[in-house]
Amino acid sequence: MATRTRLLPPAPRGGPPSAQAPDEITAPATIHDEILREPAVLEVDRFSLWYGPRQALFDVGMSVPEKRVIALLGPSGCGKSTLIRSLNRLNDLIPNLRTSGDIRLRGESVIGPDVDVINLRKRMGMVFQKSNPFPMSIYENVVFPLRIDGIGDKVVLDETVERALRSAALWEEVKDRLQQSALALSGGQQQRLCIARAIAANPEVVLMDEPCSALDPIATAKIEDLILELQQEYTVVIVTHNMQQASRVSDYTALLIFGRLIEYGPTADIFQKPRRQETADYVQGRFG
Amino acid sequence: MEAARVTPVEAAQRAVASAVAPAAPASGAGAQPPHRRGRRTALAAAGEPLVWLLGAGQVLAVLMIAGLLGLIFYQGFRTFWPRPLVQMQVRTAPDAPPQRYLGEVVRHESYRLTGTAPDGAVPAAERRSLLRVGNYDFYGDDFRWIPELGVVAELRPADAVTIERLEWGPFFGFVREYRVDGRTVATGEAAWRRFQAEHGGARGQWARARRMLKHDLGRVNRKLEEDRLALRRVELAHGRDSAEYADAVRESAAGSARLQEEYRRIQSQAEALRQEAERTSLVVAEVGGREKELKSAEIVRAFQPNALGFTGKLGVYFSRWWEFLSAEPREANTEGGVLPAIFGTVAMTLIMALLVTPFGVIAALYLREYARQGWLVSVVRIAVNNLAGVPSIVFGVFGLGFFCYVIGASMDQLFFAEKLPNPTFGTGGLMWASLTLALLTVPVVIVATEEALAAVPRSLREGAFACGASKWQVIRRVVLPKALPGIMTGVVLAMARGAGEVAPLMITGVVKLAPELPLDGEFPFLHLNRSFMHLGFHIYDVGFQSRNAEAGKPMVFTTTLLLICVVLLLNISVIAVRTRLKRKYESGYF
Repeated sequence: MATRTRLLPPAPRGGPPSAQAPDEITAPATIHDEILREPAVLEVDRFSLWYGPRQALFDVGMSVPEKRVIALLGPSGCGKSTLIRSLNRLNDLIPNLRTSGDIRLRGESVIGPDVDVINLRKRMGMVFQKSNPFPMSIYENVVFPLRIDGIGDKVVLDETVERALRSAALWEEVKDRLQQSALALSGGQQQRLCIARAIAANPEVVLMDEPCSALDPIATAKIEDLILELQQEYTVVIVTHNMQQASRVSDYTALLIFGRLIEYGPTADIFQKPRRQETADYVQGRFG
Repeated sequence: MEAARVTPVEAAQRAVASAVAPAAPASGAGAQPPHRRGRRTALAAAGEPLVWLLGAGQVLAVLMIAGLLGLIFYQGFRTFWPRPLVQMQVRTAPDAPPQRYLGEVVRHESYRLTGTAPDGAVPAAERRSLLRVGNYDFYGDDFRWIPELGVVAELRPADAVTIERLEWGPFFGFVREYRVDGRTVATGEAAWRRFQAEHGGARGQWARARRMLKHDLGRVNRKLEEDRLALRRVELAHGRDSAEYADAVRESAAGSARLQEEYRRIQSQAEALRQEAERTSLVVAEVGGREKELKSAEIVRAFQPNALGFTGKLGVYFSRWWEFLSAEPREANTEGGVLPAIFGTVAMTLIMALLVTPFGVIAALYLREYARQGWLVSVVRIAVNNLAGVPSIVFGVFGLGFFCYVIGASMDQLFFAEKLPNPTFGTGGLMWASLTLALLTVPVVIVATEEALAAVPRSLREGAFACGASKWQVIRRVVLPKALPGIMTGVVLAMARGAGEVAPLMITGVVKLAPELPLDGEFPFLHLNRSFMHLGFHIYDVGFQSRNAEAGKPMVFTTTLLLICVVLLLNISVIAVRTRLKRKYESGYF
């Protein structure tokens, strides 16, 4: 495990080591009671994942409450993206991938060869780190999830485009040029377009994988406002390495370090009165 | 440290400086530390010689291409420029009367007789000119070498005419008389003026008669052939003794009698027109005085090159270009136009592109998107790339053996049994030549498509998958549109490659002369079974297979020029489509 130990920051001088090597984090995740009191949309149950011989997630167990924003926080390479991509099985595209444990969407398992992955992904919209509008018009980008379902009814499509673009706070900017190429939009607009596309088919959960990391502060602020709006209707899981962002947008925060869930609780508690030493170190900037 | 970095020159300078003024850091401006001033990056480290080498290579490549294009353009464009007619009086022996020659000077060259004179002297180099004397019917040769030493006089008679005619190649000489119905109506200058005034009308009538013979008679002929085939079909289906066959024979006899009647009517009409056109004729004399009567209708173009001004020459020039681009070949392809060849080249290239694109794209899609990447796929990929190295004639042999003789013959058995033993698809044709070339160029498309697919960003695929698209939907709606410009680049390369191929075509459907275009008003309009002409083969045929290679040489360059332009136009049109697609997809991307 030489590679992993090399990732560790040097231990601060004159104090106890503030972080431990992954093999040394053996304590089970600390999960605050508030989460358990809410109805869960998604449950992750002792989920482990291997890329070939390398284990990326270790027995992660957490539940995602409905219509809340959940931030997955942690240093680079800690498995945040791996976890969120496991929720909609996007990791299936990677060869030599192996998992154990279970993930359930409203009680039904999403892991396993006989799950209808295409249908599963339709129930979860996803926004990526780098905006990825398709090489087609703005209109066609938004209705893409409907088109692949074979929906061609102009009225339905038009309604969807307006609703999704309004929800993504993009309608006013693009309503006059819906037939133009989506690639002509600015970076922030492209990312909001991707959010519109993610919610066009009314998913149950919206997954966001560091949606603001490639954006300037103004575009980031717009997206953050948008996430707060989306919370009215959708459950949002957002991966971020930006603690300020997590504290601004999320109701609950889960901290992952080296593939292990450390602590999961209301965002305010995580940042102000963490129960675990690793959390305290991380939020105070002494880790990662 | 410091001492190790200074060059010997600097060290010497410093030694001198310290001897003169021990306190000074070094000679010169002084502010800079001594090891940076005056130090040069080694030539090899800066990479300058390599840059020069690369630049030289580039220049060499550009020069070679520019030279080739320059030669083709220069020679190709000057072919049709009317040349002056030069009359030379040549004395071959001191007391012999001078001989006269009239023609176009093609080129001059120096030559030296081999061997030695009786007195042992090595003969001096002499110059001679190649004169195109034309009048093949009189001289039996189109060209003559004229030793410049023997030329006693060189004139450019203003009344010398160049006559391009349907037979025997060009005529160079002088106008004597103009005849109508065999009676002389004008002589000399007046005859020339009268001819010029009436020539257009005679040519028009002649062309109308020809059209009649070709199209109207052709139509009747095709109907007769259809009747015969219908009869044969009935015979094949029911047998010779059946009632149906007897009925069909009766019907066919009635129909063919009607058609025969029409055939005779059209023929007599055309004959009348032709006689009308042939009423007028021009009596011309070659430079030696021998006369010949040429029918006006059989004269394509006549002009007095020495009397023509610049605009007149320009008129002849463009008229010749127009004939070249719009007419059928005559005189064993060395004269006339190349329209069938242009059409054949374009049609074949387009059909090839239509065939090769789906084929190559599907193959590349499977290789890149579906097949499990392993040693087998690597082997397939290497094999595909190596296909490009197989000599094209081998593809031609395969096309002839497989497409024409196996697939084509089977198609004839199944669908065109009544025409047998005449093959329909069982011989070379547009379809098989295009398919053969598609096979030849498919590696280009596969390689380009694979690269284009690999260049589609992963994030786009993931985005589409995350929307719940199936693999095919991702490919069809996101990956292919994004890769389309790259795929089109492959198609452009394939078309450029395919349009220039000749060897495989020679045995799969291209012929020396096929004035009948594969496209006409008869169902099914595009006749994929017909053999066709091709500019590349035309070059070979004119340059190396014709009676008179010297006469064909200018046409080689002109046809090459045309082929380059056709390929260029085809490519530009595809590139224009690609640019539009790119702009549509990529406008303002970051």
